[in-house]
Amino acid sequence: MPAALHLSPEPITSPAQPDTVLGVTGLCKSYAQVTAVEHVSFNVQRNEIVGLLGPNGAGKTTTINMILGVLAPTRGAIAIGGIDVAKRRSQALARTNFAAVYATLPGNLTVEQNLRFFGLIYGITKLASRIETLIAQFDLVHLRHTRCGVLSSGEQTRVALAKALLNRPELLLLDEPTASLDPAAAQTVRKQIRELAKQESCGILWTSHNMYEVEEVCDRVLFVSHGRILLEGDPRALPAAHGVHSLEELFIRLAREPLHVGSVSPEERSG
Amino acid sequence: MRLRPVAGIVLRQLYLFRSSPVRLLPTFAWVTIDIVIWGFLSRYLNNIAGNHLNFVPNLLGVVLFWDFFTRIMQGVTTSFFEDVWSRNFLNLFASPLSISEYVTGLVLTSVLTSLIGLMAMLILATLVFGLSFASMGLMLIPFVLVLFLFGIALGITASAMVLRLGPASEWLVWPMPALISPFVGVYYPISTLPPWMRAVGHLFPPSYVFEGLRALMNGEVFSATTLLSGAALALAQLVLAGYLFARVFRYTVKTGLLARYSAESVG
Repeated sequence: MPAALHLSPEPITSPAQPDTVLGVTGLCKSYAQVTAVEHVSFNVQRNEIVGLLGPNGAGKTTTINMILGVLAPTRGAIAIGGIDVAKRRSQALARTNFAAVYATLPGNLTVEQNLRFFGLIYGITKLASRIETLIAQFDLVHLRHTRCGVLSSGEQTRVALAKALLNRPELLLLDEPTASLDPAAAQTVRKQIRELAKQESCGILWTSHNMYEVEEVCDRVLFVSHGRILLEGDPRALPAAHGVHSLEELFIRLAREPLHVGSVSPEERSG
Repeated sequence: MRLRPVAGIVLRQLYLFRSSPVRLLPTFAWVTIDIVIWGFLSRYLNNIAGNHLNFVPNLLGVVLFWDFFTRIMQGVTTSFFEDVWSRNFLNLFASPLSISEYVTGLVLTSVLTSLIGLMAMLILATLVFGLSFASMGLMLIPFVLVLFLFGIALGITASAMVLRLGPASEWLVWPMPALISPFVGVYYPISTLPPWMRAVGHLFPPSYVFEGLRALMNGEVFSATTLLSGAALALAQLVLAGYLFARVFRYTVKTGLLARYSAESVG
């Protein structure tokens, strides 16, 4: 029987820095008697890929929905590029974009039509050349006149990523972007996203259940369970710091023992 | 309000019309069927009534206006339903698109499609059945405007209802014009109705339009003040509808309904 993990009893808060593209402070969401997210605070910096990890129902998608402005927090504040989402929704959301497996693009529009439609929605100038760049970048040239509804999962993911980059977002939210991809396609997407983070100088918040992927891609991870961030740190260093062999093992133990929270020093909190 | 996002909403609908001609069916086919049926019925009634009455303007004319109103309302709701059917709310509302830009886009889409439909109806009714609005002259404009305003208001209200109650409530939207029609005196004068139905009818701006139309077509005096009352009522209802949609949107964001909105979220 492994020893219980020593996790943070206090909300983890990283101080905002000049390069902070996402600042989440004291975020809470409650539905009647259920608390989905409780005092969540974290930042994402420019050029940083942060993994938001946790079991199903942990509060990851709820957190992402609040960042995207489609779900109002019960308490707390979210700033994208320093702009408060609650107070200046349109300006804040113009600096971000997202791709998620559960938010497919309209299947009755072609790839090019979807990119044009969302390009206008995001108010992109020089849209035609931006579309051409993204179509070439994501190898969609031969699919540009194909309706999105008949594309394979991998092709739909590439289109969703192209849409997510239309406005050159400062903050990119990716909710399980490789969930429905085969290993080869997933590897290609991971490579593209890593390159994008460098080229476009954006911050990325990434959720995934694939711990191998998280270790490969993320600079930092946040473990969420029962709506709280329990652990934060470098995905390559965290397992050893908590006496386990792999990130997957750490994930499983956190998922099974999320409430074994002990008192730890601030150093231990961040792995 | 930014123009690009509004243009995006309109362009999306044009793409859908271009790629799927079936979507044009409500714009042309049903109105054509209505014009043909009511046109021949008017002709038949003219034959049996002799020269005393002309049913073409009284029946075919009002049917044309009523169809225009229905097209306007459904133009708004159908554009909205495209987002319901394609589960597109998350993509749309996680963007900088504002509610006013979205609703304006829906309204402009409706204006475009319903005006095309109106032109088709006018051409058919004039060429085949000799319907003429020449005697009405410029008075046509305020009549069309009131129907237009109320059609938009009802379309936005219906969309707000579907946003609040879920996709299955779409089935409550389609019969809305039919439910209103008995009260607003489309085919008969409001005075024919019992007092309670008359009172209800006066809450709907089309009742003022159809009373006015009938008076003008029969060469009777029509009070412009009455029509202005109808216009003011339609304008107030349009403002209320916009407020309602914005309020429902805020509710769906607060409760999480918008984030969960899908075919399974029928409430």
